[in-house]
Amino acid sequence: MILIGERINAGFKDIKEAIQKKDPDPIKKWARIQTDAKATYLDVNLGTASNKPEDLAWMIEVVQDTVDTPISIDNNKPIMLQEAMKVCKKPPLVNSTTAVEEKMNALFPIVAEHNASIIGLVMDESGSPSTADKRVENAAKLFEKAMEFGLGPDQLFIDPIIMPLNCMQEQCPEILNAVSQFKLFSDPPVHIVCGLSNISTGAKYTKLINRTFITMLIAQGLDAAILDVTDGEMIDTILTAELILNKTIYADGYIEAFKKS
Amino acid sequence: MAIPDVKEKWTGKINEVTIGATKDQGGTRGKTITVGGQTTLPFLNFEGEIPNKPVIAGFVSDTPPDWPDVIKNAIGKEINSPVEWAQKNIEQFKCDLISLKLIGADPNVKDASPADCAKVVQDLLKVVDAPLIIWGSGDDEKDNHVLPECSQAAKGENCLIGSAKESNYMTIVAICKADKHKIISEAPVDINIGKQVNILLQDAGYELKDVVMYQTTAALGYGFDYVYTILERARIAGLKGDKLMAMPQICDVAGETYRVKEATSEEDALPGWGKLEKRGPMWEAMCAGGYLQAGSDILILAHPQAIKITQESIAKLI
Repeated sequence: MILIGERINAGFKDIKEAIQKKDPDPIKKWARIQTDAKATYLDVNLGTASNKPEDLAWMIEVVQDTVDTPISIDNNKPIMLQEAMKVCKKPPLVNSTTAVEEKMNALFPIVAEHNASIIGLVMDESGSPSTADKRVENAAKLFEKAMEFGLGPDQLFIDPIIMPLNCMQEQCPEILNAVSQFKLFSDPPVHIVCGLSNISTGAKYTKLINRTFITMLIAQGLDAAILDVTDGEMIDTILTAELILNKTIYADGYIEAFKKS
Repeated sequence: MAIPDVKEKWTGKINEVTIGATKDQGGTRGKTITVGGQTTLPFLNFEGEIPNKPVIAGFVSDTPPDWPDVIKNAIGKEINSPVEWAQKNIEQFKCDLISLKLIGADPNVKDASPADCAKVVQDLLKVVDAPLIIWGSGDDEKDNHVLPECSQAAKGENCLIGSAKESNYMTIVAICKADKHKIISEAPVDINIGKQVNILLQDAGYELKDVVMYQTTAALGYGFDYVYTILERARIAGLKGDKLMAMPQICDVAGETYRVKEATSEEDALPGWGKLEKRGPMWEAMCAGGYLQAGSDILILAHPQAIKITQESIAKLI
């Protein structure tokens, strides 16, 4: 499972202040904590704290001075990305493009040039899709375009767009249905990713909902997620789901072994 | 239309394990043997790197094994002396290294003392300068006394010591760390226990890059099928990035072949099965051929003809 740590995001107060004050410590702290928790990528998001490319580059450099975990650049502006890409020591994961022609034409060449990967959201000009069919249609557009620009299936992460359970309950089965179809596009398949916490936004039992939903998504083929990697029960659930699907080999000490890996 | 590229792209790499230490490395071996390091399945050179070929370890035991005379005769009278047998394996049969099994230590065989076993190891190391694999008798309790003495007798020689199981891994880790040897982790035809033993070795502070996996070996029917499947599955997991499964693998082909009726009974007991003289080594070579395909890196062989056929197969396939 590809775990993308969500915590270095200006949506969190400590990170927003860190960016504004140019204080590297909170960013370093979360880079370390999430890396210790076995994050595969660290999402870096400038949010509303700034719109300067140099601030995004600074955040990435702070992370890279602390750990060697690859970066997921959470920004979709070509100018920002160009600058951010230059400082990345390892090929980053760009978060994200939509299936809008203009957007894909602008972002895919940058991703291809840096041998990076990119998350593709299954939304188009008409906004977020409400059916599985529309999600699959937009995913196919993303896939086709990515291949056109020379990206391999392993460089594309398709995001079905998760909607909150408490107000858009009817969307959940549509999402699961769509996810099961994404992996049929190619062999080897594309990656399938989601911003997990959206499912429980505004709900009471957030962690339980997150855990249950990711288990169901994994069963449909999801292999990456943007999430709270420090949620131990969540990680244990993911490891167990992967065992049950026979994706990894069982051993009694599988939880401990992952923590020591 | 262009032909699609169907090559598998693995993300993992099998660990490289070196057995033996030369004078410069603190031992007295004339050469070292390295196995593993692959980034693809056996012999698929077009898909990835195969930096080290599979190797053959010549079977030697401190006491002559309980094999049919025609098989023992083919090896020669040297079978009665572990040192001479080891020499013949290296010089005449051109094996890459030696696998010494201390079957005489088994309380039900000769109950040889730990000191006697250590003496065999010492004598062998003096005369033969190939890297050495040392196995206990298979009796856990006895081996807990035998292996520490043998390990010490071979200190610094970077031997491969077998075997660590769930029941005895602490002792094996302690001696191998102290005397600088590599470890064989053993599981009874069980991939899950195999992985668990590796986890235990890691927990005990032993580095997995110094481990070779042993899923026991079988030479017939379902047993062969199970072991073959496990070797293959473990190798695929290792290539997919499971670091707990990314070890080279060893098979005791000779030890198991000459335990099955079909490879040890004379023609009068098995009418129509052909002469044992030919059938025995053929059986051994075919088993080895199967395990090579499954992902075995070290094959323990005994019969000169089986060794020769396997050497030729490796040379052709690599």
